[in-house]
Amino acid sequence: MIKRLILVSVLLSMLAACSSTPTKEQDAAAVEDRSGGAVAAAPAQKPQAPAAGPVTKPLQPSTVSANPLKDPANILSKRSIYFELDSNVVREEFKPVVAAHARYLQQNRGVRMTIQGHADERGSREYNLALGQRRADAVKQAMQLLGASAEQIETVSFGEEKPKATGHDEASWAENRRADLAYPND
Amino acid sequence: MNPIVQKIMPAHLLILVWALLCAMFAPVSAAQLRIEVIGGGATQIPVAIVPFRAEDGLAQKLTPVIAANLARSGLFRLVDAGGMSPVPHEPEQVNYPQWRARGADAVVIGAVSKAADGRYDIRFRVLDAAKQTQIAGFVYFATESQLRLTAHRISDVIYERLTGDPGVFATRITYVAKRGSRFELQVADADGFGAQTVLSSNEPIISPAWSPDGNRLAYVSFEDKKPVVYVQSLLTGERRAVANFRGSNSAPAWSPDGRRLAVTLTRDGGSQIYLINADGSGAPQRLTQSAAIDTEANFSPDGQSILFTSDRGGGPQIYRIPVGGGAAQRITFEGSYNVSPRHSPDGKSFTFIQRNGGRFNVAVQDIATRQVQVLTDGGIDESPSFAPNGRVILYATEVRGRGILAAVSSDGRIRQRFTADAGDVREPAWSPVVGK
Repeated sequence: MIKRLILVSVLLSMLAACSSTPTKEQDAAAVEDRSGGAVAAAPAQKPQAPAAGPVTKPLQPSTVSANPLKDPANILSKRSIYFELDSNVVREEFKPVVAAHARYLQQNRGVRMTIQGHADERGSREYNLALGQRRADAVKQAMQLLGASAEQIETVSFGEEKPKATGHDEASWAENRRADLAYPND
Repeated sequence: MNPIVQKIMPAHLLILVWALLCAMFAPVSAAQLRIEVIGGGATQIPVAIVPFRAEDGLAQKLTPVIAANLARSGLFRLVDAGGMSPVPHEPEQVNYPQWRARGADAVVIGAVSKAADGRYDIRFRVLDAAKQTQIAGFVYFATESQLRLTAHRISDVIYERLTGDPGVFATRITYVAKRGSRFELQVADADGFGAQTVLSSNEPIISPAWSPDGNRLAYVSFEDKKPVVYVQSLLTGERRAVANFRGSNSAPAWSPDGRRLAVTLTRDGGSQIYLINADGSGAPQRLTQSAAIDTEANFSPDGQSILFTSDRGGGPQIYRIPVGGGAAQRITFEGSYNVSPRHSPDGKSFTFIQRNGGRFNVAVQDIATRQVQVLTDGGIDESPSFAPNGRVILYATEVRGRGILAAVSSDGRIRQRFTADAGDVREPAWSPVVGK
């Protein structure tokens, strides 16, 4: 529920940010105020006190205006990269996703992300943890080549422990051989 | 969100809780594992367990626990002990020809009385029915809460005297139970009784490993959205993150002296094996140097070398490396997938998982001869570990899509299944023998 409220408030603030007329911005802020406790989670959205003469405004932090990460129409909202069996090669179809996130990190040097590797359920849990790590590392390496810096990316693995699909067939296993891209405020 | 750490409840409290549950929900379905045995030893020793004098009045009768232990091992055949008149409790009351006629090689007799300090005085004897001599005789003093443990200790004596191997009935097992979306790290008696949850979490827990003194568990918890290695005291419930470096931290293995852990870290890129202090102090010391996956370390009992899984040659195989560093040597060659090595207590062999076709089975390899014996044919077996007497291997498997624990004798003849009342059970490890 709170997440939804935050989402609403972020979307509204996005609208506000896009708007060129100050009145609309204030409208949006007013709506935001009514959303109660959820506002506390997005303090950067608070309206500025009205003042006479020229008004200075701080630049919105990138995490707030980082709506591209959540915009379903933006490639940055794509967060999963799938792998073939026993493979850590980033397939051609996922290269645009990797490239977009790499560019995003390059343009936002303060942003940190975690790449979470996963494996299917077959075989040793610890070896699968290492296989998931290898997939996460492969994506990190690709992103570094495209301009992201190593410090921005932590790679971890969940191995077979957090399956997206719980079936015991190739379709499920394929869903679970992946790397997920996660940002701190996801 | 935070996992709940629990101290192992004092046994008397447990029994109280258990008694309350009995009263409330008879018949009881306590959180325990039931064990069924499949197969049996080539030669089973016929033994008669005579009910002990005055054990009927105890909160926990002893001889049913002893009989169940021996039967479950697959190495004994229980001879009917009923209908003797008088029921023998002392050696002079034993009618040896009658026991021989029933086919018993050994007869166990005993008696319970109240000692002056209020504890129970439990004395028992193991008698050779053919030679008409005493093989063993011991007295135990036990409080009510120690009765079950006493029955396990008596079982250990009988097992050891009649088979020549140490018994492991008075040991414990740990495993991870998944109930719905909840993960519970549990500790139970080796017979599955008295399971207690020592860590409960919404995030996965894997790879529990007993410290050599049996008082601590190392494990991997994902509660911080990444794998972190913890060491938890079973005495106090206190725990500490001992490997929480950038990247993944996993696969803890204790050194035989209990001072160090081998762990798999990715802090320098790739999954590599490091040695750390068991209290988390100091800097990790890198043990393996490869561009491949190196993980699942396991110390040899003499502390001199480590077995581990590596795919440096392509597929995962088992390698050995000196603890002091040096070149790793490949030691498995059969098949394309050999993982999860664990030494036998005598250090002469190791158990591991071998993939054959699409099946994952428990196998044992002799270190000197490299001879491999595949012990199971289940298909989805994982995480094998030896019982401290080396006679049994505990592992995880699946039946109808549900995770269960199973055990196989190291000669492959006897199999046991531990079935839990609910949920998935996985990641078992057998405790060392402590406090004899």
